[in-house]
Amino acid sequence: MNRILARVENLTVRFPTSSAPAVDGVSVTVHAGECVALVGESGSGKTLTARALLGLLPASAVAEFDRLDVVDERGELEPAPAARSRDWTRIRGARAGLVPQDALGALDPLRRVEHEVGDALRLHRVASGRARRQLVAAALTAAGVPEPERRMRQRADELSGGLKQRALVASALIAGPELIVADEPTTALDAGHRGRVLAELRRRVDGGAGALLITHDLASALGTADRVLVMRHGRIIEAGRPDRVLRDPEHPFTRELLTASPAGRPRGARLLPAEPGTRGEAPAHQGSPATEGPVERASTTVAPRLALESVAVSFGAHRVLDGVDLAVAPGETVGLVGESGSGKTTLLRVALGLHRPDAGTVRVDGVDRSAASTRERRELRRRIAFVPQDPLDSFPRGATGGEVLRDALRAAGAPRAARGTRAQALAHEVGLAAQLLERPATSLSGGQRQRIAIARALARDPELLLLDEPVSALDVTVQARVLDLLDELQRRRGTAYLLVSHDLEVIRHMSDRVLRLEAGVVSAG
Amino acid sequence: MTGRAWTHRAARRFGGALAVLFTVATLAFIALQFIPGDPAEAALGGPGSQASAAALEAARVEFGLDRPVLVQYFDFLWRLVRGDLGVSYAQRIPVTQVIANAVGPTFVLAGTALLMAWLLALISVVVASGRSRGARAVASAIDLTAAAMPNFWLASLLVLLFASVLGWFPAVSTGGFDGLVLPALALAIPTAGFIAQVCRAGVDGARQAPFIESARSRGETELGLRLRHVLRHGIVPGLNMTAWSLGSLLSGAAVIEVIFARAGLGRTLVTAVLGRDVPVVLGVVLFSALAYIVVALVTDIAIARVDPRTEAKLAEAVPHA
Amino acid sequence: MRRASGAGDAREAATPGAATRARAGTVRRRFAATEWIAFAVLGVLALCAALPALLAPYAPLAVNPAEAFSAPSWAHPFGTDDSGRDVLSRVVYGARDSLTIGVVATLLGLASGIVLGALAGGSRGLALAPVRVVADRTIEALFAFPGLLLALLLITVWGPSVGSVIVAVAVSTAPGFARMVRGGVRQALGSGAVEAARLQGDRLPRLWSTLVLPEAMRPVLVLATLGVGHAVVLAAALGFLGLGSPPPAPEWGSMLNAGRPYLTKAWWMTFFPGAMILLVGIATTVAGRAFEDGRRFR
Repeated sequence: MNRILARVENLTVRFPTSSAPAVDGVSVTVHAGECVALVGESGSGKTLTARALLGLLPASAVAEFDRLDVVDERGELEPAPAARSRDWTRIRGARAGLVPQDALGALDPLRRVEHEVGDALRLHRVASGRARRQLVAAALTAAGVPEPERRMRQRADELSGGLKQRALVASALIAGPELIVADEPTTALDAGHRGRVLAELRRRVDGGAGALLITHDLASALGTADRVLVMRHGRIIEAGRPDRVLRDPEHPFTRELLTASPAGRPRGARLLPAEPGTRGEAPAHQGSPATEGPVERASTTVAPRLALESVAVSFGAHRVLDGVDLAVAPGETVGLVGESGSGKTTLLRVALGLHRPDAGTVRVDGVDRSAASTRERRELRRRIAFVPQDPLDSFPRGATGGEVLRDALRAAGAPRAARGTRAQALAHEVGLAAQLLERPATSLSGGQRQRIAIARALARDPELLLLDEPVSALDVTVQARVLDLLDELQRRRGTAYLLVSHDLEVIRHMSDRVLRLEAGVVSAG
Repeated sequence: MTGRAWTHRAARRFGGALAVLFTVATLAFIALQFIPGDPAEAALGGPGSQASAAALEAARVEFGLDRPVLVQYFDFLWRLVRGDLGVSYAQRIPVTQVIANAVGPTFVLAGTALLMAWLLALISVVVASGRSRGARAVASAIDLTAAAMPNFWLASLLVLLFASVLGWFPAVSTGGFDGLVLPALALAIPTAGFIAQVCRAGVDGARQAPFIESARSRGETELGLRLRHVLRHGIVPGLNMTAWSLGSLLSGAAVIEVIFARAGLGRTLVTAVLGRDVPVVLGVVLFSALAYIVVALVTDIAIARVDPRTEAKLAEAVPHA
Repeated sequence: MRRASGAGDAREAATPGAATRARAGTVRRRFAATEWIAFAVLGVLALCAALPALLAPYAPLAVNPAEAFSAPSWAHPFGTDDSGRDVLSRVVYGARDSLTIGVVATLLGLASGIVLGALAGGSRGLALAPVRVVADRTIEALFAFPGLLLALLLITVWGPSVGSVIVAVAVSTAPGFARMVRGGVRQALGSGAVEAARLQGDRLPRLWSTLVLPEAMRPVLVLATLGVGHAVVLAAALGFLGLGSPPPAPEWGSMLNAGRPYLTKAWWMTFFPGAMILLVGIATTVAGRAFEDGRRFR
């Protein structure tokens, strides 16, 4: 085995506010020439473990360990300096680089990208002046930033999330550190750039560096790493080579993580087995004329539920949608992929009737919305419901799930007396325990909130659901359960879906047809 | 921020400033319409003046008060555009002349006070930054007390201590540096309290921002973190308050100049208020609003160079004078 | 996370952010000791304003030339003034004038600020553009007048009186409130909750009454508390310049004005009324911040 670059044994991290340790007896070793992946869902302790290796734990955290060693400035393995010691400043940036987790906030908005990315060169006196600028440009190019010369002169706030993340990768790798800790380095990137960043990481590892890759995405970890550690509730529950973990996972949670990923799973296949006792057979929900039995498939004789014809929208001189054609037939799911800034949000707002297009026609069940009377438009609006990206933001402040559902039922025209029981029926239909309805939405988990948002959308028995990134903020297993739920609801009710996401794998798994939105134009994906 | 976007923003701001200026003038004109009684009588020294009917008529013609309101309004605007603020009822000289005579000492006072305020605020913020909780609590308490201090009362206390008891500085400000210290300090301390509060909030926010952690991960020292990252984020919100500070200093000057018997715009204003010399009061107030608008415009455009982020967030944070 | 019995979604582990927010949602924030002191100070001041006779040892206007300019003592804790009136009693009675002016002016400024802010923030679309432009410009223009100077202009116009002072202070503080309300209304109108309500077919009156106004008014308690402090200082400045209540009335600003000639001879005539103004300023700021934190926690 190669020499060791960083090693921690029996690490425990506690916070004074919580009795359970956030990290509980974890040991990790990173050798030169290997990439170790630390996989886990949010709150599993993976980020804290990685930060402990670089002495960057939050001030309120209390860490204990049997041993913590890191390469020093001469490249020799030594016991790590104390938490707030100045000795760290000679190691970090030069010998050990960190790609921080929060891509949006991790660059100083008041400094130029050039200075933020080139900081390690300045601090460790690697290069200055023109030489430094050239190195910065080269590092940005290697991380996949186009037009590096222009980007260098900008400030971090002028970059998109994806560009910021690539700039952060460049800033961590610029001084050629031996130890690379990359904490979710690709969350804001699309598939192409994700591959590029992981390839750059792999290139460094093959050149002799050691990397610790922290990710929630088991699939990408299996493709990149030499060794995979799976964490849950602060402990490592599985460790091994990728092929072995993939073929023969030891821990049930690893198995769940593997099957929960929608990648390569055919349309309609359940991702996770149904949970006992929660969502059995469909109960007869009251008062909704749902289509029972098999889903009617797209047929050319029926008018599409929603049709956009040559829709164009501009904001000032900026053309956001440029002649979009799109149709969703009854009962089908159309998946729409697009990066941030591709016009997804505007397209949804047009489809929902919140934004009037500058040109083109929007038809709901064959009726031209712009030609409809106000009353007709109201009626048409009832047939389309929306599930937003951030459910919490769409609930009134401080509302409970029950209040949200009862208000939706009121708007749908349900009599006051019936709202309580119908809200419970809706909750049951989306697999939410009735007692959760009386808790404020802020105290619910992300998956539970999303279920309430779905239930709210179902309150008026819509014929079409527009889903805006409904699972992008959720952990993989939670995402799988929400996707399973959506699939099941469609089978039972026959509702058509227009599903918008940046995640091609989710789209492929869920959709009958995949469309791609790029620079305001829709094409077959 | 790219050059073009910056030019665009500067042009838009300039247009906005002109519109505000126009509204300011309109509001002032509307306020004038509320003067109770006969404005011509006011021009001749108020009801006590016992002016004859002929004198009132002459004054009406002289000040254009006999014409329809709308004509007076456009006439008022047109005179403002030409820089004509009318004639002082009391001194019988053009208001622009009155302002020109008084403006110098006031700007010296306000400028000195602004510098002192920034100096005091920065000392308070830098000294307390990164210290223990207790030290920061004490610093915040000092900011809070300073900001809540009525400057006219503070001025009296300063006179009592430094002029009457210690005798270091004169109690009456006749000019020269000696006479400037106490009035400037009385104006600076409350303003410093406000600036320090805003800067401290900026500094504390920046200390917890994720970019501090990433700078640390590149090997930045604690001193470097403070100078290159934290302090900048602390100063920007304070700079955003420059126009507001100037406004509050001009407000304060009205009282402080009276207390120290110091010549200037403020004392001219108070004298005019007590004598109900409407043209002078109006002229000084409009002139101050103009100064505020110009300073706000300049700082806003300048800050766009330092901090390209949207301006609204910080502008909303400014306390009202 | 252990599986909670009965909770169907128990396997969806709550994210850490959700967990802390959950805790914040159920636990009431406790006020710190300094905040309790601030509340107590405001309570005592309110008592002074409501029932001054209860707390003042003497009548505020009782002249006693024999005791003029007495230094603070047990008989006169804050000393006496040039006419031998008890300064403590005058300060206690002064709370009524000063706080009434401060509170009434703040309420007036708040009311006009809310109207102006709601017009500026809520007028959307082409049809209402003129309303928005006028309201916006008015707010910015009022901001451009430095506070005290605008008040001085209005007092020149109306002549010095308590009423003028109240209106002048209200007009000076209105733009600050208006800006806050305008920001709140705009934010609420753009929020996901309003969008969701529009999508389910709710009409404007319902949107405004259930979502927009409650959201925009949330910071108003905080602002009003802070505003009273500003208003008291501003009113005192006018009193100090001799433009407020006529002389014998025990208003704090006028008392400062009266004490000015005797600064070296009777410092207590200046010190105590001013200290009260400072106390109001500090107490309202601390209390306002306490409300603000409490609001953030809920």
